[in-house]
Amino acid sequence: MLTLQCPYCGVWAEETELHAEGEAHLKRFGPGSDDADFESYLFMRENPKGVHFERWRHSHGCGKFFHAARCTMTLKVFGTYPAQTLEPPQDIKDRISETYPGWTWRNFK
Amino acid sequence: MSDLKSALPGARFDGFATVEETGLRGMVTLRGDLSSKVLAKAVKAAVGAGMPQSGQVSRGDKGLVAWMSPDELLLVVAHDLAGDIVVALNDALKGEHALAVNVSDARAVFRIAGDHAAEVLAKLAPVDLSDAAFPPGSFRRTRLAQIPAAFWRNEDGSFELVCFRSVADYAFGILSKSAMKGSRVGVL
Repeated sequence: MLTLQCPYCGVWAEETELHAEGEAHLKRFGPGSDDADFESYLFMRENPKGVHFERWRHSHGCGKFFHAARCTMTLKVFGTYPAQTLEPPQDIKDRISETYPGWTWRNFK
Repeated sequence: MSDLKSALPGARFDGFATVEETGLRGMVTLRGDLSSKVLAKAVKAAVGAGMPQSGQVSRGDKGLVAWMSPDELLLVVAHDLAGDIVVALNDALKGEHALAVNVSDARAVFRIAGDHAAEVLAKLAPVDLSDAAFPPGSFRRTRLAQIPAAFWRNEDGSFELVCFRSVADYAFGILSKSAMKGSRVGVL
């Protein structure tokens, strides 16, 4: 069972109060983009064993979307942060590096 | 004027704690910038209460204000006040990016009272309800078994719970089941 802290209301919410909303930091390619970009935006997802960035929604609480960095293998949570960002905050990246030096995820490291 | 009725008039269950439907209650949802002084003043004028902290309710002479999310408040007042409060809020918030809606009749309210009232809710919601973690004045929006609900703790230790009116029967059913005599876990 995962317990994540919602960065908006500060509540430590367990999994059943949240809703998983897929991968974080997707860049949208809409009308007018080329087929390869559109395909990768729509279908291509990371499925790592290890560090992963996900989007969650505090659906039974304040209703806000937020991001979480965690390890899919050990379920260790490195931190949660608001969704209004293009990149994970440095302190969360540092925390991941402590456990997994040299980690990469898409173009983050 | 039609004859107004709450969801389950007079519903009451006596177990190791008491569960009762509290009848008609006025509720106004207010969305906007909670750091705005204009909004704080409008709330003060409407309910007589200051802005609540995150996860708290604040009380005024006309009712209470609950913190629902970073941009949403719930004003809980007497049922016949809600309409006027929406008008007053809309007046006071002209030019602000805000929205006030009277949701009184979309909701049902229950009171859970008794020495072990916290245990009734703790069986149904993933929330730490110990006295230290959830003292009077605390407020939480969460899940009650399969439905969304919100509740706060009163000064006398009782809880009041708000849910959608359409699921009032389900809420009363699970609260009663949870409060059945002989079903105490004995932790809270």
